[in-house]
Amino acid sequence: MFELLQYNFIQNALAAAILASIACGIIGVYVVVKKIVFISGGIAHASFGGIGLGYYLGINPMFGVLPFSLVSALIMGTVSKKSKIPEDSAIGILWSLGMALGIIFVYLTPGYAPDLMTYLFGNILTVPRLDLYFMLALDIIIIGAVYLFYKEFLALCFDEEFTTVQGLPTQKLYLFLLCIIALTIVVLIKVVGIILVIALLTIPASLSRKFTHNLKQMMLISIIFGTVISVTGIGLSYALNVPSGATIILILSLVYGLVAFGMEINENRRISGN
Amino acid sequence: MEKVIELRDVWVRYGTQTILEAINLELKEPNGLLGIIGPNGGGKTTFLKVLLGLLKPYRGSVKLFGKSPEKSRELVGYVPQYRGFDFDFPISVWEVALTGRMSHTGLLRKYHEQDKKAAEEALKTVEMFQYRDRQIGQLSGGQRQRVFIARALATNPKLLLLDEPNSGLDPHMQDELYRLLDRLKQKMAIIMVTHDLSAVSIYVDKIACLNRTLHYHDSREIPIEDLEATYQCPVELIAHGIPHRVLSNHEGNS
Repeated sequence: MFELLQYNFIQNALAAAILASIACGIIGVYVVVKKIVFISGGIAHASFGGIGLGYYLGINPMFGVLPFSLVSALIMGTVSKKSKIPEDSAIGILWSLGMALGIIFVYLTPGYAPDLMTYLFGNILTVPRLDLYFMLALDIIIIGAVYLFYKEFLALCFDEEFTTVQGLPTQKLYLFLLCIIALTIVVLIKVVGIILVIALLTIPASLSRKFTHNLKQMMLISIIFGTVISVTGIGLSYALNVPSGATIILILSLVYGLVAFGMEINENRRISGN
Repeated sequence: MEKVIELRDVWVRYGTQTILEAINLELKEPNGLLGIIGPNGGGKTTFLKVLLGLLKPYRGSVKLFGKSPEKSRELVGYVPQYRGFDFDFPISVWEVALTGRMSHTGLLRKYHEQDKKAAEEALKTVEMFQYRDRQIGQLSGGQRQRVFIARALATNPKLLLLDEPNSGLDPHMQDELYRLLDRLKQKMAIIMVTHDLSAVSIYVDKIACLNRTLHYHDSREIPIEDLEATYQCPVELIAHGIPHRVLSNHEGNS
């Protein structure tokens, strides 16, 4: 196993797994406690439009995704709160609109779209160096934003109305949080792909919630879960020659199922023991 | 002396429906407890949201301490109604109390020593300081209510607004709550809305009825006409355990 570490692509994959676990560990906690899984899924899928745009313009699709996901976060956040249609319907419409745009862009691009599947389903074993630096930069922005706005985000997620009454611009803070989620999605795309991003935003954070009632500890524990499980997933997918993103998520789901089931049994035993 | 509250001809609509109609209210005394009673759906929460600046009336003016609600954030404490709230949220009693300081810190500034002192004092006032490290889900309903009052007190308000603070509390805990409010009202003006007539206890100094319109006579008695207009049906007050008359003397009712 250790000689594997000498391969460049394995080193890159491990670095990508750690960078992705940091981003999703921190931001996934907000997604889970604020119960904005669906809108986050919407932003992730709509970002496919950015991939298509990247191909169409002939630039690195990652640079197409970044502005596209930020814009979709802003539009979704605004439309879902301000318009008269129900929030989940608004998200559903924008979710599919972004994907449809992506399909049209890819179709209009002359020739063949290489690596399209890696953006949809992820392939951590093919992450180039340049993308790693890009992910690192985004991680630094994410950590910086959460450090600066920690008390504001905590208050916003816990009680939005009270935070407004305290005089904070909650609508802008919410949009800012959605933008940070969009950046996180961009970091995660290479690892598991657009389709499965939402798993990395929800499962590690939901797992960590079972072990602590402290937001900071939740972030730390989900980073650890994310890192250990994605590294395991990379190893397994390499050994079994199956897609890495899907393998990581299967392991995450399995671990979550076992932990939830184990705690349930424990709880029942404690209650009947009394 | 500035008036605590001055509402002039306030109207609020949701779509085509009028929720509040021609509300006038003037509150001058800087302390004391005003109870506002009225049926569910009578606009009580809307009324508080207007005072908090969360809802803009389409007509009329709202002044707290001579300023708009947006400019008096540091003077107003708010205890919302928690129905269907996620008490599994990973936040401690201490962190909840500190969020009441954000009207002083604003954006980006971390909590300072004086913020921590105010939060500590607020938690001590409601006797919850020893539970500061508990996650809020690990508290009883009454304890949680006290934490939310502490969060409002951490602001150091001159006006405290409570939305149905007695709902979900057993009689013993309600009594405790009223005694707490009784202590607090020496130092600030308090408005409590409730649909529960029995909440109109000995601790309320003044009382008003709200059902789209507000009946308020600057006293602790309500004419039976106002009460019946508010509830739109004959109201029988069972006044046991209430040492003063809530209803004024009334012909054929003595």
